[in-house]
Amino acid sequence: MRSRRLSLIAGFALAGLALAGCSPASDSTSSGSADQVEVFTWWASGSEKAGLDALVAVFNEQYPDVEFNNAAVAGGAGSNAKAALASRLEADNPPDTFQAHAGAELTDYIAAGQLQDLSSFYADNGLNDAFPATLIERLTSDGKIYSVPSNIHRANVTWVNISVLEGAGIDPTVAPADMDAWIKDLTKLKDSGVETPLALGTEWTQMQLLETVLIADLGAEGYSGLWDGTTPWDGPGVAMAVDHYGQLLDFVNSDYVGLDWDAAMQLVLDGNAGYSVMGDWAEAAFAQAGQTYGTEYTTWAVPGTDGIFDFLADSFTLPVGAPHEAAAIDWLKTISSADGQKAFNIAKGSIPARTDAVASDYPAYQQTALKSFGEDTVVSSLAHGAAAASSWSADLSSAIGKFGADRKGDALIAAMVSAASSALG
Amino acid sequence: MRKGIRNWGPPLLLVSPTIIILGIFVYGLIAANIQVSTTNRHSLAPESAFVGLENYVALLSEDRFLHSLFNLVMFTVVFIAGTMLFGFIWAWMLDKGVSAEGIFRSVYLFPMAISFVASGVVWRWLLNSAEGDRASGLNRIFESLGLGFLQNAWWNEPIWGMAAIAMPAIWQLSGYVMALFLAGFRGVPQELREAARMDGASEWKLYRYVVFPQLSPIALSALIIVSHMSLKVFDLIMSITGSIYQTEVPATYMWVTLTSNDYAKSATIATILLLLASLFIIPYLIQTWRSEKANR
Repeated sequence: MRSRRLSLIAGFALAGLALAGCSPASDSTSSGSADQVEVFTWWASGSEKAGLDALVAVFNEQYPDVEFNNAAVAGGAGSNAKAALASRLEADNPPDTFQAHAGAELTDYIAAGQLQDLSSFYADNGLNDAFPATLIERLTSDGKIYSVPSNIHRANVTWVNISVLEGAGIDPTVAPADMDAWIKDLTKLKDSGVETPLALGTEWTQMQLLETVLIADLGAEGYSGLWDGTTPWDGPGVAMAVDHYGQLLDFVNSDYVGLDWDAAMQLVLDGNAGYSVMGDWAEAAFAQAGQTYGTEYTTWAVPGTDGIFDFLADSFTLPVGAPHEAAAIDWLKTISSADGQKAFNIAKGSIPARTDAVASDYPAYQQTALKSFGEDTVVSSLAHGAAAASSWSADLSSAIGKFGADRKGDALIAAMVSAASSALG
Repeated sequence: MRKGIRNWGPPLLLVSPTIIILGIFVYGLIAANIQVSTTNRHSLAPESAFVGLENYVALLSEDRFLHSLFNLVMFTVVFIAGTMLFGFIWAWMLDKGVSAEGIFRSVYLFPMAISFVASGVVWRWLLNSAEGDRASGLNRIFESLGLGFLQNAWWNEPIWGMAAIAMPAIWQLSGYVMALFLAGFRGVPQELREAARMDGASEWKLYRYVVFPQLSPIALSALIIVSHMSLKVFDLIMSITGSIYQTEVPATYMWVTLTSNDYAKSATIATILLLLASLFIIPYLIQTWRSEKANR
């Protein structure tokens, strides 16, 4: 009797399991239809969320019939989202469009055949004329374009605390001409009793600092050549940059390895440090602290990089096998349109990629960035995925982190050479 | 015959869901992982070829991986020594008899209820390496107590840094080891102690020759549990420092390679981690199996 009951229970258990296995995958995969679009981003909080909301408002206006489906994954500055995305792409279940840093970070997706060529989309919508030619050049890979940028940021910006510099008798309005001149100023600042003249943060901010030093010492062309193999990593230019970078590390806060960029920037805001190199999203931190451009703080291009715009951009793609391709193209049209770019960038604090943007629509700092974006030579940022594929930049990041601990310049150069040779093949 | 199936059929039916699920999601995926680690799939593209042990050779001769192993060893040694020492001392003290034992037990055990991520966020601040005016966390406490010379860079220290990261882990798990040892102390029959006392053993000799020898199975279990946790440490390091070179251990390295789409390398690191963990767990399983057989 007892065993009878047992087998009954076991039978139910098994049936339950089988039922669970059979439950329908309740996906709404109405293939090819244009009634909804699933947009995958890591814009889940703060100014990024505000920007996305503004963009969605424009999208709903332009395409009232298409339902916007937000598939944002929060956390880890996009690393969580990238991991989630990789598993979806692996399972042939791509979103209709996903966010990615413009430039080389797309290389892996392109090589895996997961992205559709958007060159004809660019031609159809006149984007080849709307975006600056140097940007188009940076976005093009083997003659094809795979993503549509929604916003542009600048990475080679030095943020300067005016009163700290004036305290040491340095004129904050004039940028030093090159790295050597800047190091002289940093020495002067240190001698005047400022303990940490230059504020720095964790590994990726170190990578961003080194990348701007490379631009300063190699020039725009030489720096861009690093990423296609025309500039050697073991040449004198890189050696000089590593030497300059090592000197800069003598002026930074002792706890830099543990600070994120905002904590490092706080040193400049509080007057504990004179300078910090950070992308132009730092503008929001100064605005939040109630500081005014030109009186409490000022900015200039990293010394030696004047006339060069070290760009990074968020962009959207069209994956192969997107379930709602027509709607995804509508979304790409919205983000590349003048209205979409304006709404998004004013809310996010970045600048539009389009050259027909009206500068007076934007706040003070963004106006200066717009002006330089139109005039300067555009190069790709390493720390933000525009210059190198993600495995390459991960290798470089670790080598730079190691240099911070052991300060062995030769080892850093050797590591960068081997990273380049394994990446360029 | 019919009787046979009646005997083993229902139990097998009952455990089969677990066996099937474990088979697919644990052992099947371990096999899949090992398979990926023997290919050259270094990008998102699914095409790959068999390369044998090439990835293992490359990884084991790589400075960066050896550095992460060194960090792991440093962390593991400090972590195990710390938890065993504190856990043992606390359990001993509780066993000696204190008033309000329940309160002490809860106080020491409670940190274990906190996730590594939550305590990591707090310790990130406590272990801030800034000194002097900008000091915060422990350095600030030292400074304000007039013990400024004790200030140090904590995990920013090049070689000993990982020992600082072990501090929060010790803080969290000593209580657990204490609970294990306390159970061991309580498992020693009162008669044995009384007999020893009757024979005139001093309190120290009572512990040294009667109680401690009976704790060795507990000590072994505690060692295994703590060391396999230590090998897998990931969340604590990610929340204190993030995935940076200086505090890199194989688990965080694996995460970095996975997020930069180097699947083969990531799978190789995962397999090595599994092998390292089995170095601890398999002897333990063998030992338990033997002692169970002996008891039967």
